[in-house]
Amino acid sequence: MNAPALCDIPVTIENGQREVFCGLTGIVWLHRKMQDAFFLVVGSRTCAHLLQSAAGVMIFSEPRFATAIMEEKDLAGLADANEELDRIVHRLLERRPDISTLFLVGSCPSEVIKLDLAKAAQRLGVAHQGRVRVLSYSGSGIETTFTEGEDTCLEAMVEAAPYTDAKQLMIVGTLADVVEDQFIRLFDQSGITEAAESVTFFPPRRAKDLPAIGPNTQFLLAQPFLNATRRALIGRKAQHIVAKFPLGVEGTSHWFRAAKDHYNAPDDAFDQALEAPKARATQALQHYKSQLNGKTVWFMPDSQLELPLARFLNEECGMSVLEIGVPYLDKQTMAPELSGASGQDNVVEGQDVDLQLERLRKARPDLTVCGLGLANPLEGEGLTTKWAIELVFSPIQGFEQAGDLAELFARPLNRKQRLAV
Amino acid sequence: MELALWTYEGPPHIGAMRVATSMTDVHLVLHAPQGDTYADLLFTMIERQGKRPPVTYTTFQAKDLGGDTADLVKATISAAHDRFKPNALLVGESCTAELIQDQPGSLAKGMNFSVPVVPLELPAYSKKENWGASETLYYVVRTLLSQPNVSVADEVSNDATKNRPSANIIGPSSLGFRCRDDVTELTRLLNSLGIDVNVVAPLNASVADIKKIPQADFNISLYPEVSKTTCTWLQKAFGQPFTKVVPIGISATLAFIEEIEALTGIDAGAVKNLENSRLPWYSRSVDSTYLTGKRVFIFGDGTHALAAARIAKEELGFDVVGLGTFSREMARDVRAFAQELGIEALITNDYLTVEEHIQQLNPELVLGTQMERHIAKRLGVPCAVISTPIHVQDVPARYSPQVGFEGANVIFDSWVHPLLMGLEEHLLHMFRDDFEFNDNAAPSHLHGSEGATHNEALSEKSVVETAAETTSITVENHESIATVTTDTAWTPDAEQELKKIPFFVRGKARRNTESFAKDYGHNPITVDTLYEAKAFYAR
Repeated sequence: MNAPALCDIPVTIENGQREVFCGLTGIVWLHRKMQDAFFLVVGSRTCAHLLQSAAGVMIFSEPRFATAIMEEKDLAGLADANEELDRIVHRLLERRPDISTLFLVGSCPSEVIKLDLAKAAQRLGVAHQGRVRVLSYSGSGIETTFTEGEDTCLEAMVEAAPYTDAKQLMIVGTLADVVEDQFIRLFDQSGITEAAESVTFFPPRRAKDLPAIGPNTQFLLAQPFLNATRRALIGRKAQHIVAKFPLGVEGTSHWFRAAKDHYNAPDDAFDQALEAPKARATQALQHYKSQLNGKTVWFMPDSQLELPLARFLNEECGMSVLEIGVPYLDKQTMAPELSGASGQDNVVEGQDVDLQLERLRKARPDLTVCGLGLANPLEGEGLTTKWAIELVFSPIQGFEQAGDLAELFARPLNRKQRLAV
Repeated sequence: MELALWTYEGPPHIGAMRVATSMTDVHLVLHAPQGDTYADLLFTMIERQGKRPPVTYTTFQAKDLGGDTADLVKATISAAHDRFKPNALLVGESCTAELIQDQPGSLAKGMNFSVPVVPLELPAYSKKENWGASETLYYVVRTLLSQPNVSVADEVSNDATKNRPSANIIGPSSLGFRCRDDVTELTRLLNSLGIDVNVVAPLNASVADIKKIPQADFNISLYPEVSKTTCTWLQKAFGQPFTKVVPIGISATLAFIEEIEALTGIDAGAVKNLENSRLPWYSRSVDSTYLTGKRVFIFGDGTHALAAARIAKEELGFDVVGLGTFSREMARDVRAFAQELGIEALITNDYLTVEEHIQQLNPELVLGTQMERHIAKRLGVPCAVISTPIHVQDVPARYSPQVGFEGANVIFDSWVHPLLMGLEEHLLHMFRDDFEFNDNAAPSHLHGSEGATHNEALSEKSVVETAAETTSITVENHESIATVTTDTAWTPDAEQELKKIPFFVRGKARRNTESFAKDYGHNPITVDTLYEAKAFYAR
């Protein structure tokens, strides 16, 4: 790889008010992915309120997540808080016999009062042995931003995973089922599955099917926000196959090729398997390219998808990237993405939202990718925006979704052109 | 600890944000961890606000906790003051900051700003959103009215020169239910009575407006959850009386006008006429016969639930089969009115309890918050939203107040709209064997696919939530819904006969018959049992 030395990449670091979600938000998609898991946030009314607000206030009969809201008496003594937590968990598990894995999710208040959820998970795991696995991780805002909640969740799962020395390729990071199925087909057709002996996805669709991990596990990251998970996997002697993230035609090709190269899978089958989907993706992109080409785009820090998306918009859609805000930057995980030509001198790590908005107003990009709190205010100032959260909740990875991904960015511009009011 | 799946109210600092965001020239600094900025989207997405809420957060992280977070608080307050140049600075904290005890309010007081500082106590582990809004409004009003330039002389000179009585409207706020339009409608009503509106607070009020509050003759406490504390204090401090009736519904509007007559000595004349609204005639018109005795379940904040119960009973002729609120502050009033209706009030913050009650009571219409809308949608019961919490579709573009005579018109339309029209209900019954009028036919004025929800068995269909689509976030099959199960067998003839009963009452007929059969030991249920049960429940 011809990446510049990591220390050469100029990154501006900013401190100030951060306009980002906390890691609890990850529950919104994690509970959908693992349909036998329950997520119990141990926190405050704010946590419960955040979850229902961030989730677009979807109300279902009984979702597989909830908040154990701490009250004044829980703050008085940790012994009582633990007792209360046990009581709530017992009641919850009684109600929900369908649950195989319970995640105790730490929050800002539980971290601050030092409620030890790892210990609680152990205790409860023993109490419900054989029926429910109890794991814990932190989704607190003082420790995690937005997608980092998936990272800490998967990290906890890696630590709980059994050992294997069987050969396998593991795809790490939540993907929509439809994307996983497409990827499985491509791995099979391209000969990678055969060369790797088996392909598993992590997190699994059912939390109880926790995959085993060991020295013959190689893994590809499907999501760019899995730094702690990556380290935990390496700690379990698994090897990271470094690749760009599977966004756009180039990113997806690079991702698959990295696996092929690692396993020395035959070129013929690989090229043949990728040919048709690549051609379809290129064709789908073509339509939106004309709408995006030459336009300017600005990323506010949100999900960690900013760098690979900037690369996609720049290299495949012809947009120029004015600023790439990222909540935090792990140069190790992001190395392949930092090697592109996508406005790397404009990477800003951290945030001072007021200063950033000042720069944004001066630059007036054609398109601003930002969170829900900022979108309408910026539209109100005549700027065109794309909700960043949609990029996390929609299937955007892989060849078949490359066109959809471009469309997400083209739609606001398209609307702007149509509206006469 | 309280196990919460969904919460009807946010924490108290959200209430403080609602007050700050309502006003035009204040700024709120919240000592709060990274992530608490999510609350901005309530305003920018649900209410489509075109500007950021005037709120700055310290967004501290774990690494800050090692150092001096008090310095971070001061630096944030100072920067917000310099950048936004507010005319008053509100300072509070969210749940996590409360635990680290930096006392941001006191810190701000010590910083000697030239603008008034309002420190807020927002106990997150015992109080909730509406309480936070009420307290914040109270402290803002109290602090600003304790400033030196609010003079009694002003009041006197004003009293001497003016010839029309004036009132303040207290309580309307950002993210309240239809507050924007209620203010317009109420202003119109007051003007027609010859009364000027002096100040509306907190919605669109400036610091200067707040200082003018004592100049009015009386206050209108529009949403007691938010306004009562402030109005009570204003009465004590400035001798301003305040209204007790919330003018939602015809009889409440008339009672409100009478209250104002008593307070001001004016004669309302032609304004005090129920025919100023179309609701009374619409309710008496022939088509509305089908509304009579419809079973309705009501749940919401205290103000709106109470108003809805009275309107449902007296102005539409419904049977109120369930009434409840999540506003503990108003539990007593709601309990009292429920007793009048011969039912027991449901006072709870637990969404599952509400759902359970709706399922048991089997209503034909649900009036609730957006939570109840989702419950009703799942159960295939028509629903209208009457209270917060709301979602984006509950902030309509069109004029749609709840208060006053026009509010009554809006309420008639929005509650009746989800139901079948009277004549249509009749026709469906007559022609139910025709293919156009099958059991799955939706009300002709509603979206086509909705008919499917009329299936009496609570089908396990995936519920595509409009709400979720609006923010384009994931859609989920609802889980573990209780299905109607029964130990009682039906003979094929009885099943056949049951199908001849119009589908919109068939669920009720089935349940009634089964409970009758159980009580009187009929098993299996025959055609005779069905009609015996019908006679039994007819009374």
